[in-house]
Amino acid sequence: MMSHLPVLQVIVPLLAAPLCALVRHGRTAWAIAVASSWVSLWMAWKIFQLVQADGAISYNLGGWPAPIGIEYKIDALSAFVLIIVTLVGAVVTPYALKSVGREVGTSREALFYAAFLLCLSGLLGIVVTGDMFNVFVFLEISSLSAYALIALGRDRRALTASYQYLIMGSVGATFIVIGIGMLYVMTGSLNMADLAILLPELPSNRTIPVAFAFLSVGVCLKLALFPLHMWLPNAYAYAPSAVTAFIASTATKVAIYMLLRFFFTVFGVHFSFSEMQLGIILLPLSLIAIFSMSLVAIFQTNVKRMLAYSSLAQIGYIILGISFFSNTGLTAGILHLFNHAIIKGSLFMALGCVMYRLNSVELENMRGLGKKMPLTMGAFMVGGFSLIGVPFTAGFVSKWYLIQGAIEKGLWPVALLILMTSLMAVVYIWRVVESVYFSEFDESQNDDCTEAPLGLLLPTWALALLCLYFGINATLTTSGASLAAANLLRIGS
Amino acid sequence: MEDNVILRVATKILTPYILLFALYVQFHGDYGPGGGFQAGVIFASGFVLYTLIYGLETARLVLPLRVASLCGALGVLIYAGVGIATMILGGEFLDYDYLNSHDAEHGQHLGILLVELGVLTTVFGVMVVIFYSFAGRREAK
Amino acid sequence: MNAVGFLNYWFVVVLMMIGFYILIAQGNLVKKIIGLNIFQTSVFILYISMGKIEGATAPILNSNWSVYSNPLPHVLILTAIVVGVATSALGLSLVVRIHEAYGSVEEDQINEMDRSV
Repeated sequence: MMSHLPVLQVIVPLLAAPLCALVRHGRTAWAIAVASSWVSLWMAWKIFQLVQADGAISYNLGGWPAPIGIEYKIDALSAFVLIIVTLVGAVVTPYALKSVGREVGTSREALFYAAFLLCLSGLLGIVVTGDMFNVFVFLEISSLSAYALIALGRDRRALTASYQYLIMGSVGATFIVIGIGMLYVMTGSLNMADLAILLPELPSNRTIPVAFAFLSVGVCLKLALFPLHMWLPNAYAYAPSAVTAFIASTATKVAIYMLLRFFFTVFGVHFSFSEMQLGIILLPLSLIAIFSMSLVAIFQTNVKRMLAYSSLAQIGYIILGISFFSNTGLTAGILHLFNHAIIKGSLFMALGCVMYRLNSVELENMRGLGKKMPLTMGAFMVGGFSLIGVPFTAGFVSKWYLIQGAIEKGLWPVALLILMTSLMAVVYIWRVVESVYFSEFDESQNDDCTEAPLGLLLPTWALALLCLYFGINATLTTSGASLAAANLLRIGS
Repeated sequence: MEDNVILRVATKILTPYILLFALYVQFHGDYGPGGGFQAGVIFASGFVLYTLIYGLETARLVLPLRVASLCGALGVLIYAGVGIATMILGGEFLDYDYLNSHDAEHGQHLGILLVELGVLTTVFGVMVVIFYSFAGRREAK
Repeated sequence: MNAVGFLNYWFVVVLMMIGFYILIAQGNLVKKIIGLNIFQTSVFILYISMGKIEGATAPILNSNWSVYSNPLPHVLILTAIVVGVATSALGLSLVVRIHEAYGSVEEDQINEMDRSV
């Protein structure tokens, strides 16, 4: 069974999804979903240990050997991203019972869990596979189920948000297919490791740079890098809380994983950064993303929207680390990928608790909530401090590595900008603090507002405590990230 | 459109042949253009034609929504089930050689047949569910 | 190296630009999905025309022929067509729900209604 782990990682949620769709009862579907997400987490942990011990794992689907058949290849980076995706899935699924029951309604609950498991399976498939077209297939599986999940929000603007995400996401996926097609035409292979060998041997032509361009635009659409980010704020703001918590923590991170795979493993560091000058393109875009998105976040009144713009800024940080293409920069980027997923997961789940009691996440409706829902707001504060980068939280560790990477490259203005934008994060977190802790509670509006139920609080605090743990003892995350970074740079160069 | 005699009679004659053609396309996927997806869509189009002429209520008596969505889920389970079976019998996921312990080629035939059956079922179920959902929207309002 | 030899790529580019323009410029939500479909169709033609080998037959085993066109693009495009169908179905069902919620399928009218709230 251990040798089949790579494929079981993808198949277990994929099998559980139609089971959830067949069962009409919401509770049973929830139980199936929780069981399969926890089994996925266990499998991801086993795979991570195997990869740490023995190096990359390879699995040939259908028994066909590598360049002919589809190969699943899990190396240090894949194992690291597997852990974060399954961790968030395993924490959000128990959370979803009460939250989804309130926001989506019991008639569609079983179908919600089917779509949720399909999304999880698609995301895991992207991370596990070593075949280019297989990446597209799993990308579309996860994207289509994400569009359906987002459209289940109560506000009617969830429908237009999902539609906009559908249009932009499909354009991005089609660009990725065009890029893959051009690579296939020039080399005749779809296997990532095979392409890495074949591409440098090709005589110079125009097709490969064009394929590079199409792939980069498509992937940047999916991970919502600065000019291509318009779908994200609406999609996060109007989706159901559990969906936002899951997708905010996983979908963009897996897209960043795809970017790393395409640029470091398939094209190679030399081609991507020396010939195509990717670092010079990504650096200003990520800086603009960090600065402008933090600025816009300050002026939002809907806290979910504020956190969505904050997510865009954090994605800017991750891409900034990657654009340095040094060992420290890449480690910082991958580390922040992990930390940001945990931070945003806990923040959005805390907001889901607020939504459960108040039916609103507007700043003015959340006044004085610090006294009524102390535990929920405490988890929110832990996440908020982590977002700013206060010492002893996870965000501090990744910002530390990021600044170190900037200084190593001699980019002092960038390091100063990172510090300045952390201060901007203080501003928008302070707006929430001011409303929640330093304002009076409006008794006339909500008189039965008590602490959130335990089923919602426990997963929220699980991730919040992980924020604190990985800020105090970051050896696990930093060792995983630096191993992944070293692996990428070694394969590429 | 039930009172239009020509359409009604033509549909009654054509529908079995449409379904038969779908099965032909399904089983001849190895030897000509065809396979699970195309066959599933043609099979569903037979039911769509029936629904267009005879109305949604009659069609729901013939093929209830519940059965169609059951088909949709069942096909995925068949496909993944074949994969799990090959893993249990000792091979990799979807390694059809192991399905027949004596002859690898017969194993490949059996494997392709089963997964195409799974694809047919899912595509047919999903197409019918999509059509019923769109067609039934006006009466739901 | 002549323009006529690349005829299939010209078709792909024309279709791709038509589809992309409809996607961006049209305000009607249903027309946007049509544009997306045309855009995706151009990509299918790109792949399949690349798989054709001169003097080769369709990729189905036949004792009379020895050279076959590449079957892999056909397989990839079957998958991509299914993905396109699923995307269109999802998009159109979203448009139906938007029409029920807003009463209109024109993008500017919907944005106006959202802004006035």
